[in-house]
Amino acid sequence: MLIAILTDIHGNREALSACLAHARMLHVDRLVFLGDYVGYGADPAWVVDTIRGLVDQGAVALLGNHDAAIDGSDADMNSVAQEAIRWTRNQLGSEQRRFLAGLPLVHEEGNVLYVHANGYAPDNWDYMSGPMEAIRHFSRVDAHITFCGHVHVPMLYHMSTTAKVGTFSPVANNEIPLLPTRTWLAVIGAVGQPRDGVAAANYAVFDTAHQTLRYLRVPYDTAAAASKVRAAGLPEKLALRLEQGR
Amino acid sequence: MRWRLSPGMVIDGFVLQENLGTGGMAQLWAVSREGEATPLVMKIPMLIDSDDPLPIVCFETEQMIMPRLTGPHVPRFVATGPLDPMPYIVMERIPGESLKERLDDCPLPWPEVVAIGAKVAHALHDLHLQHVIHLDIKPSNVMIRETGEAVLIDYGFARHERLPDLLAEEFREPFGTTPYMAPEQVLQDRADPRSDLFALGVMLYFFLTGERPFGTPRGGQIRRRLWRDPVPPRALAPDCPPWLQEIILRCLEVDPDERYATAAQLALDLENPEQVRLTERAERLERDSGVKTFRRWLKARKAKALEAPNIAGHLSRAPIVLVAIDLSPGGEDLAEALRMMIGRILSIEGEARIACVNILKTSRLAVDILEDEEGRSLHVQRLIQLRHWAASLDIPKERITFSVLEAHDPAAALVDYARHNNVDHIVIGARASSALRRYLGSVSSRVVAEAPCSVTVVRTPTDRRPETGPEASA
Repeated sequence: MLIAILTDIHGNREALSACLAHARMLHVDRLVFLGDYVGYGADPAWVVDTIRGLVDQGAVALLGNHDAAIDGSDADMNSVAQEAIRWTRNQLGSEQRRFLAGLPLVHEEGNVLYVHANGYAPDNWDYMSGPMEAIRHFSRVDAHITFCGHVHVPMLYHMSTTAKVGTFSPVANNEIPLLPTRTWLAVIGAVGQPRDGVAAANYAVFDTAHQTLRYLRVPYDTAAAASKVRAAGLPEKLALRLEQGR
Repeated sequence: MRWRLSPGMVIDGFVLQENLGTGGMAQLWAVSREGEATPLVMKIPMLIDSDDPLPIVCFETEQMIMPRLTGPHVPRFVATGPLDPMPYIVMERIPGESLKERLDDCPLPWPEVVAIGAKVAHALHDLHLQHVIHLDIKPSNVMIRETGEAVLIDYGFARHERLPDLLAEEFREPFGTTPYMAPEQVLQDRADPRSDLFALGVMLYFFLTGERPFGTPRGGQIRRRLWRDPVPPRALAPDCPPWLQEIILRCLEVDPDERYATAAQLALDLENPEQVRLTERAERLERDSGVKTFRRWLKARKAKALEAPNIAGHLSRAPIVLVAIDLSPGGEDLAEALRMMIGRILSIEGEARIACVNILKTSRLAVDILEDEEGRSLHVQRLIQLRHWAASLDIPKERITFSVLEAHDPAAALVDYARHNNVDHIVIGARASSALRRYLGSVSSRVVAEAPCSVTVVRTPTDRRPETGPEASA
């Protein structure tokens, strides 16, 4: 079975549409969303409605910190994120808010764990931003494979039988075997706000039969997404980020 | 998990037949499976009674890399098993023995050493094109198929450019087989395909002289190769031709930039001895002086690894470019246009190697007269003209070769040459369209259709103009 894993969409309609079309082309069997549907981008309502529709058809959608901040506190966020969240709150109706508030933090399938930020304390939103953080995750989580987002930059951490942790920066469109002898933490890059200097949207496809993971990059109309951000009066920095992918 | 393996046991449908040997890290068994006609071998890592993580990490590395390899120079991958109930890799069993068996006969006659070198170089180039560096090239890891191709086995230390490097992450020490390890491998750089060329150089040296160029060092001694050059092969094997010493010592250069840029370029030299550019390396009969060695030692003390894993990028910067040059009268404009195109390619791809080829067309039926009236061989004459064509390009001698191919079918000859010599790019001229050409068909269009690589077709500026002659206006 092919599972498409998408995360950090952040109200970016153009990027999400492009990734969904790409996943359809690959004939994926299932969709798993790791959260952060809103915040930063100009189309939060459309994105939430789309995800809701997909969940009705069997997709899995988890809660991200930006989704939690809609009805909760935005005190931990930086000023740009705060401004975007406050703008986003006015864009969402009560049903959309209820949908976000009802999302689970984690999803488990056998020894595979899906979560937005990290596996050991999903609601503290710790970032898996380097090998030290990955070690913390590996030492507290039993799952053989963990998929998370939140960092916006794709990365693959792995731990050997002797507890050595390796870091691998994945090349797009390349099958990586997730060997049964190791534990894996796959950070999936952002759909809607890439930050590794490449503007194209990120997502990944997990092949459960062969236990392989394929990181993917999907080019999309960044100019359209950026101009919507500007038209909405959101901070200029958010538009530039989409154009530059950083 | 304690398995006592014995003939007749069945693991995941594979029947164990015969124990082929037990190495330091794995057991090898001949196995069979229903429906598999070819003989198979199962490799089972020795994970029992060991606290050493090396066997498992090498096994994981092979398990990642082997399923992705294809072609005649690797064993065909069949299946792999997870740790539970038992880890294994099943692959095609290559009949015969490895080159290790030839070590008993060392020193080998030099023509045999050259033949082995060319086969292994072709295999290495094919592997490098698949984004993999072997990093443990030695006689016991090379087998020769009945059809003649070298097969590289054992990918436990290998590196795939697009997969995590498990060995580098797990250990903070160099890996490989010490007599064959390249200097940069000693410095823990696992990202340079030219490390395999160094190891091949060690192997050829050993076969030729019966001695290892750097002995069998232990511990810190392996760093010695960063400054101490080996005894020149000709001092040990007096009948070794200078060009072969040139090739071997070039492979054994400390700085990878001083070696061949690619295995394909090395193969080209091994198969075209007359084209090898001889330097002072060819003439050396003793090792470098103490002063020179001391200078290298000073430099080596500070040497650090440069980590830039870019195998594909490296290969693409050092392509072999075949330029097919038509020397017949009236083709001067086209020859000039070809020269300009090659100049342009060289300005982008600085390490490119240019193979200048001219076809001497022979007729299928008659016995050809290949000497002109004055008795000068046409072949030699063509070579002189080829060199003249290339003179103004000012390409260093070691990066240009000249060949005149006698063939009745020029397109087929060019395509064959490209295939055999791992040519990356063919540049060929197309003559202006004419009634005769339309009737006979063009060489360039057949080369475009049949070549195993990219082809650039060059036309002269005049041919690009619309036809304005009396024919066109009529």
